[in-house]
Amino acid sequence: MTSVCIYFQVHQPFRMTSYRVFDIGKHANYFDEKKNEEITKKVAAKCYLPANKLMLDLIAKTNGKFKIAYSISGTALEQFERYAPEVIELFKELAKTGCVEFLGETYYHSLSFLYSQKEFEEQVKKHDKKIKELFGQRPRVFRNTELIYNNELGKFAEKMGYKAVLAEGWDRILEWRSPNFVYMPVGTKKIKLLLKNYKLSDDIAFRFSNRDWVEWPLTAEKFAAWISAIQGQTINLFMDYETIGEHQWEETGIFDFLKCLPFELLKYSHIEFKTPSEVADMDAVATLDIPNTISWADMERDLSAWTGNKMQQSALQELYKLESAIKKSSDKKLLEDWRKLQTSDHFYYMCVKYFSDGDVHKYFNPYDTPYESYLAFMNILNDLAIRIKKTPAKGLFSRLLRK
Amino acid sequence: MKVLMFGWEFAPIYSGGLGVACAGLTKGLVKHNVHVTFVIPKKKRDIQTHVNLISAAEIMEKIKTICIDSPLNPYLSSTAYSKLAEGFSDSLYGQNLFEEVHRFSEAATEIAKQESFDLIHAHDWMTYKAGLNAKKVSGKPLIVHVHATEFDRTGGNGVNQHVYDIEREGMHLADKVITVSNYTKKMVEKHYGVSPDKIEVVHNAVDWDSHNVEAPKITEKDKIVLFLGRITLQKGPDYFVEMAKKVSDIVPEAKFVVAGSGEMEARMIHRAAELGIGNKILFAGFLKGDDIERAYKMADVYVMPSVSEPFGITPLEAIKYGTPAIISKQSGVSEILKNTIKVDFWDIDKMANVVAGILKYPKLKETISEEALKELRKISWENSAKRCLEIYNQVIK
Repeated sequence: MTSVCIYFQVHQPFRMTSYRVFDIGKHANYFDEKKNEEITKKVAAKCYLPANKLMLDLIAKTNGKFKIAYSISGTALEQFERYAPEVIELFKELAKTGCVEFLGETYYHSLSFLYSQKEFEEQVKKHDKKIKELFGQRPRVFRNTELIYNNELGKFAEKMGYKAVLAEGWDRILEWRSPNFVYMPVGTKKIKLLLKNYKLSDDIAFRFSNRDWVEWPLTAEKFAAWISAIQGQTINLFMDYETIGEHQWEETGIFDFLKCLPFELLKYSHIEFKTPSEVADMDAVATLDIPNTISWADMERDLSAWTGNKMQQSALQELYKLESAIKKSSDKKLLEDWRKLQTSDHFYYMCVKYFSDGDVHKYFNPYDTPYESYLAFMNILNDLAIRIKKTPAKGLFSRLLRK
Repeated sequence: MKVLMFGWEFAPIYSGGLGVACAGLTKGLVKHNVHVTFVIPKKKRDIQTHVNLISAAEIMEKIKTICIDSPLNPYLSSTAYSKLAEGFSDSLYGQNLFEEVHRFSEAATEIAKQESFDLIHAHDWMTYKAGLNAKKVSGKPLIVHVHATEFDRTGGNGVNQHVYDIEREGMHLADKVITVSNYTKKMVEKHYGVSPDKIEVVHNAVDWDSHNVEAPKITEKDKIVLFLGRITLQKGPDYFVEMAKKVSDIVPEAKFVVAGSGEMEARMIHRAAELGIGNKILFAGFLKGDDIERAYKMADVYVMPSVSEPFGITPLEAIKYGTPAIISKQSGVSEILKNTIKVDFWDIDKMANVVAGILKYPKLKETISEEALKELRKISWENSAKRCLEIYNQVIK
């Protein structure tokens, strides 16, 4: 049997305002509520609502043979709760089918793994708790922000009790190996490593509507035939959920494609759907040594989209410098603001890598230029630093009170 | 291919924006094996150039209309001029300029008879009549090149009817119109009624020559914000001064340098004093040669707050010397430059925020100037000239 394992990433950041130099010390309206509401509602209408309904429908019509997994960031969940609660309700219904698995990640979709182990753990636990509260299951498989991965993450995920961890099936790491098998991170005892089949995943996520692509138009029948011909334990299709209806518009036929796909795949008797934790029950064929950090972004599959230039590096440094002072203070709002600023999107907006060519990075950027997003970010950090100074640290007095 | 070109300025004989653009474009054309005969009204100084530079001055002297004391400049480049102009009823142009333009066009007829060429290329309104006369005697096609319109120079208020008529006539009688940007193309369509099919856009570029002059800071601690251009309504010096006040409230060590001269200079000095930043703004006057390079290099950030800028080469110059540029959205250069921050000229708050940010956050300054420099290397006069040559071939056939 070969399993098809689909995981969708669901994420929305709290986008910042164009916070100006003159605002420093004056007010703490860092996040653009109007814009965030607008975008959440727009994407809910185009993607989350119709896609969730489609998935429910497919699970019902296949009698539970169709299975999927979601990783939903805490920042997305909070915005659904606030601006589109019906999205949460549908996710809850999906959870009840027993065919849907929810993965663990950092609550704030952050890069904290790279900057602070303590903060990273706290965010992972906070996310676990939130998923348990909403969907009644504790995540058993971990995926780090943007599939950022190295050996240390594998070990860490095992220590945290996860069954498996996800990563990009990048050729440079795999060399002659195939992503369609179950692996183990080097230096671990039983945790599994599941790798994204990026070619097949990207056929849907990026190439689906590209008329210059030789395989256009991609039909469910064709795609299922490709998968059926593959030798392996599992074909892992990992992609952004927003692919459905937002990156690939409804007009491209993406919904019709997905409507047919499970049935086309199930026509092959050797194919079955599995969730990541079910795939993790299979035996690993080998251990993989990935000492250098990889991700699922851009052609480079490295960290350069978030940490590649001096602005990004300084923004991240300055941000994490505030950690101990923030945590010593008793101010919950301060901590929350600081954490919302950790969302990886803020650093992605500062990327200049392909800026001159005006490509995909620009599509997602609420600012006209990477420079303006850095400017707003640094202004906000300056204000945050002022607020920290004004807030009394959790001192002897408050500790005495608690006793 | 032989081109007879009419221009009013030619760098380094005069380094206004038009002169710089004409020198750059012709340099590019020469690389594509185009032979350029360039006619200017001024007396020729003894300089080496890449074109066959002809002065119309001698012929013009023979065409006596009224005696001229000094040739006036159509771009008002010096305070001396604005003082001179006070005596005239027309606020923007002295009468003598029109006489000079007229005599230049008469001289063009003579020159066109003597020279051999395949087409005529005339830069800005002062030379359009010269181009038309050359076309009349030679029967060769004419291209007029719009570097600026009367609407840019006046901000739309107090358009000189005589200049407008000359511009309009030139554009309509020419075989093709080249504009320095899409921004200017739209202007030409809208205000001059020229059909869009007749207009081609050739963006300006930047010359890579540098004299490697040293550029010491005023003091080590000082941060310098630079304005470089004529102090006239078109260039938005008033927005710069208002921005300076807001920035100096946040970044007290900031100094503001206004390099240039023009009829709004006195008003700007008064306004700076009124705002209490008289000691923060330095009026450096009209800069030439190495001093321009020095100014760009000394600056931490260059600001071009133009109200209406057909192209705007100065931001490219600033970037060339490693200084980030903040540019007005109402400019042609904003169409080709990505690694900059674009602001509406009237949005003083945003301008101040961005300038203060560049002064406060060194990594912002570093990244933006490095990326802009990478981008600038792809912009060359040779490419602009190539585009120009394609248009030549269209009109010749």
